[in-house]
Amino acid sequence: MALNIWRFASPQVIYPIAGRMIPGFMLAAAVLALAGLYIGFFVAPTDFQQGESYRIIFIHVPAAWMSMLIYVVMAFWCAIGMIMRTRLSFMMALALAPTGALMTFIALWTGALWGKPAWGTWWVWDARLTSELILLFLYIGFLSLHAAIDDVRRADRAAGLLALVGVINVPIIYFSVQWWNTLHQGASVSLTRAPSMASTMLAGMLIMVLSAWMYSIAASLMRLRIIILEREADADWVQEQIVPIAQGAKP
Amino acid sequence: MNWGSAAEFFAMGGYADYVWGAYGITVLVIVAELLSLARRKRTCLRRISRRVTLQESER
Amino acid sequence: MKPRHKRLALIVAGLAALGGAAAFVLNAFQSNLVFFYSPSQVVAHEAPQGKPFRIGGLVQAGSLQRESDGVTIRFAVTDTASTIPVAYTGILPDLFKEGKGVVAQGHLDADGVFRAKEVLAKHDENYMPPEAAEAVERAHKAMQESQKTLLETDTGTGG
Repeated sequence: MALNIWRFASPQVIYPIAGRMIPGFMLAAAVLALAGLYIGFFVAPTDFQQGESYRIIFIHVPAAWMSMLIYVVMAFWCAIGMIMRTRLSFMMALALAPTGALMTFIALWTGALWGKPAWGTWWVWDARLTSELILLFLYIGFLSLHAAIDDVRRADRAAGLLALVGVINVPIIYFSVQWWNTLHQGASVSLTRAPSMASTMLAGMLIMVLSAWMYSIAASLMRLRIIILEREADADWVQEQIVPIAQGAKP
Repeated sequence: MNWGSAAEFFAMGGYADYVWGAYGITVLVIVAELLSLARRKRTCLRRISRRVTLQESER
Repeated sequence: MKPRHKRLALIVAGLAALGGAAAFVLNAFQSNLVFFYSPSQVVAHEAPQGKPFRIGGLVQAGSLQRESDGVTIRFAVTDTASTIPVAYTGILPDLFKEGKGVVAQGHLDADGVFRAKEVLAKHDENYMPPEAAEAVERAHKAMQESQKTLLETDTGTGG
């Protein structure tokens, strides 16, 4: 059992497995997005107070949820990397960060475009919006700190430490609307009570959430493969197996 | 069905700029991410294969 | 400068800028933890004195008035326990409605009227089609009616 786990912790083993998984996740993301958008635009009714502007929810909420989830997973891999000293864990974390940053950016941007018609303002410094902006800074800080240190092992550990300290921000984002007075409304969907959304609206949103999951996994696996290649450029398996294929494809 | 015509769909009840702006930026960001991944991989493979060719010629 | 040093300087500058931005944002975060005060807090003098702050609550039903100049609007913000009158000149957001949430920024005048510079709508987390909203509203009204006949006294909603 233990042997199996270590085998899967090797970049050489993960590289082809990830490669085989990417098309499936990408296809799932596309199919789910089409289904979610169809329900979101053609089945889900107009909202009683916001009219059609609420349809931004079908990207805003999935992006915002992914931005928090990806951060937690990224911090998890950093912790594993620090405890187990596995190279692959840090590569996973580094592969997730840019996608997480993009999700955060999408959540903020679509939020501004929704805030203007709904609230009357693009931006306010309330606890929810501000903590989500801090999340974007954490992602950028993680990536730039990693890029600033030449020695890869030291870069992994320094950026990993930043990721772990920053994880405190995720529950702050999530509970900000309960803990403090915010302009942002409370959660429509939570584990403790029935969702306060019409069922077709909820269905469209949840399908879009699944699509965002699939896309994030696919994009992160693509980036993981590149990071493996960049870091293992001198390894025999890269030079013997990967390079001939690449050269064959483009002589 | 929510929309009487295509024009009505694109008008989004007067919120077209906001709704399509939000969806537009999302598509743009995703396309940019995929393109940058493809470019990064190409650059990386080219560098490695150059190094391999160099090593073989030195041998 | 060597390219290596140039890169390092660029990265240090980038990190410094990011740190500055983070400090600024954290400051904004801390000073806006209480994003708005409720009318009860304002009545209890818990809101900042002599400087602008935000007040939040529901727009009291039936309180919305337009002054004869056509641009000044008067309404009352309530949290059902206390009510504060608000005066505002400007454009209201689409979702501003009686009985709905509102957050206004401005200052409290000596006459007890809150002079708003900016009015934002705070909507709730419910999403449903108009027909469903009407049904909920009807059920709510019917319940109120039956309560009213039971009590035979109208206690009202004001302070």
